[in-house]
Formats: sequence, structure tokens, C-alpha cells
Amino acid sequence: MYIIIVGGGKVGYYLAKSLLNDEHEVLIIEKDKRKCDIISSELGGIVMRGDGTDSIVMEEAGMNRCELAIAVTGDDEDNLMICQMAKKKFDVKRTISRINNPKNEHIFKLLGIDHTVSVTDLILAQIEREIPAHSLVHLLTLRDVGVSFVEAKVPPGSPAIGKRLRDLQIPDAVVIPLIIRNGKGIVPYGETVLMAGDEVVAVTTEAEEDVLERILSGA
Amino acid sequence: MRVIILGCGRMGSHLARRLDREGHAVTVIDRTSDSFGRLGNDFQGKMVLGTGIDEDILRRAGAESADAFVALSNGDNTNAMAAEIAKLVFKIPHVVARLYDPVREDTYHALGLMETVCPTVMGSDRIYEIIKGNGKT
Repeated sequence: MYIIIVGGGKVGYYLAKSLLNDEHEVLIIEKDKRKCDIISSELGGIVMRGDGTDSIVMEEAGMNRCELAIAVTGDDEDNLMICQMAKKKFDVKRTISRINNPKNEHIFKLLGIDHTVSVTDLILAQIEREIPAHSLVHLLTLRDVGVSFVEAKVPPGSPAIGKRLRDLQIPDAVVIPLIIRNGKGIVPYGETVLMAGDEVVAVTTEAEEDVLERILSGA
Repeated sequence: MRVIILGCGRMGSHLARRLDREGHAVTVIDRTSDSFGRLGNDFQGKMVLGTGIDEDILRRAGAESADAFVALSNGDNTNAMAAEIAKLVFKIPHVVARLYDPVREDTYHALGLMETVCPTVMGSDRIYEIIKGNGKT
């Protein structure tokens, strides 16, 4: 598959490297000469120097025959322009954009960009996972439908310990498909009794997250 | 009319002063406070410091009740994105974006979301007319 990556920073560089390993045809468009030199000396002649938001550069790069355009520059307005031009002007089937300011995620959705990756949100989610102070961790958020996959640990002293799931008054909009106990997965049912240290994986609406957190941690 | 102008450069400040003199409620957004100096001492409108592609900044500039939004920053991409936010998020009736790149202008014009102005094409067309007309205007 022919893939064009706009932005030859760290994200673009490592992305290109992985895609080349998967035997895709890859081209990076990058403005900065120094970055271009590094990429071509390490990955070969797969880099084109120029402004990837410029239609002439896009045309030279063969945007009209690429199947996937990925915009990973550090500026959201540039990424948006790249994806929209790729789609509207060059009929590229799929576009993926990096988002730097998390606030822009819903705007990109609104503007019809197929896929977005918010680096800031990813780092925040990772931090959330590493820091146990927060008892509810987001594994995946489907913002369009307002539903999240979350994980919550049952802390020692929680009022939920020793109780059956069915007695916990879990809201209707929350489903618990999995409990991880001592490194093993359990598919729970109403009779399952919670123990301290259980990691409860739940599918929940945004509105019920706090309720679930309260039930499981008692806080 | 309530008008928001993004970018207080030569064109932005010129348009802002004109609308302001005519009694319209003008708000100008720019990333650097020095740019507001171009508006002169008699400017009655509002000045908002910040980037035009941030919803909160646009809201602070009154985007929720604006009649028109004009994107005149020095970047085509910023102008296109700001204009799209103005139209899709804030539903401002008149949205105009200046795009220097004729191809970008063409593409965004075709999207039908906003009015576009391309000084490159307008300027070169005018110069062409002057030359072809042997200097007669």
C-alpha cells in the first residue's frame, strides 16, 4: 500500500520505519532540511522536502495515488489541512491525523477526518494507568456514543468486598464483562462475590462512571 | 452587525477600522498584543489575545452571537480551520477565509462551508488587466 506521511519528526520517523518493515511503500514529506537529511541517511530515499500542506508539493508526492495519508505534524491546523486536501482534492480514501490539542478532537470528527490520534490524551491515559491514586482507569473511550471501557481496582476496606455483584446496586447503564483476580480472568455473573484486589473491567456510560467508582471503592 | 476578525495584520486591521468607523461591533483576535497597535487609538472594538483555532478563544470573542467571521491570519491553514470552527461549531452566518494558495482556495470554496478570498488570484488578475490594457484602468 502506498502511504504518505506528512511530518518527519519523531512520530513520523518511527511510523515510517514500522510501515516500511511491513513492506508498505512510504513517503515522508518534511519541511526541515536537517530532519530530511537524517531520515534519508537512516531510512533511505523515502523523504521529500517541502511544505506538505501545499497542493503542489502534495501533487508531486503522488497524493492522488496514495491509499492512506497520515498527518503527524505538531500543528493541528496543518494536520487538518493535509487531511482535508487529501480527501477532497486528491480523493485519498483514508486519512489519519495526529491531534496535539485534545480540544480539537471533536472538531476533527465534525470535519470528517476518519481517524484521529490524540498524543496528549494517550499520555494522560497512560499516566492515569500508572498512578494508583485514581481508582477508575479509562481503557477506551468511544466519545461519539458516550461510552467508556474502564478498569477499577477494589481496594482493601471497600464496602463491596464480600458482596455479590447483584447486591451492589450497579446502575443499568453499567455492564461488567470481566473481573481479573490474581492474574486470571473471570467472566462474572450475579452470584460472583467480589474480593479485595479484584480488577473490575466495566462498560459504562459517562454519566454512571462516578456511581460505579463509588460502589467499588467506597469513596 | 457583530463581526469577529481573526488576524490584526494589514488587511485585518484595515477592515476592522473601517467596520468600526461605520459603527459595527468589531472584535479582533491576534496572537501577539503588539499587532493591536495597528488599530489606532480611536478603535472602539474589542481585542482578544490568543489563537483563532481555539474554541474557547472564539467563544471569548463572542462567536456564539456573531453575525460574521473573517479569517485573515497570515496562515492559510489557520484561516481554513478557524473558519470551519466558526461555521460548524458556532454556526456564524457569514464566514470568510483568506487563502493565499489558489488550489486551497478552490478546494475550500468547493466545500461550500465558507466564502473564500484569494488575494493571489485577485491581484494577478488585476495586474494582468492593467498590462493587457496597456496601463489603462
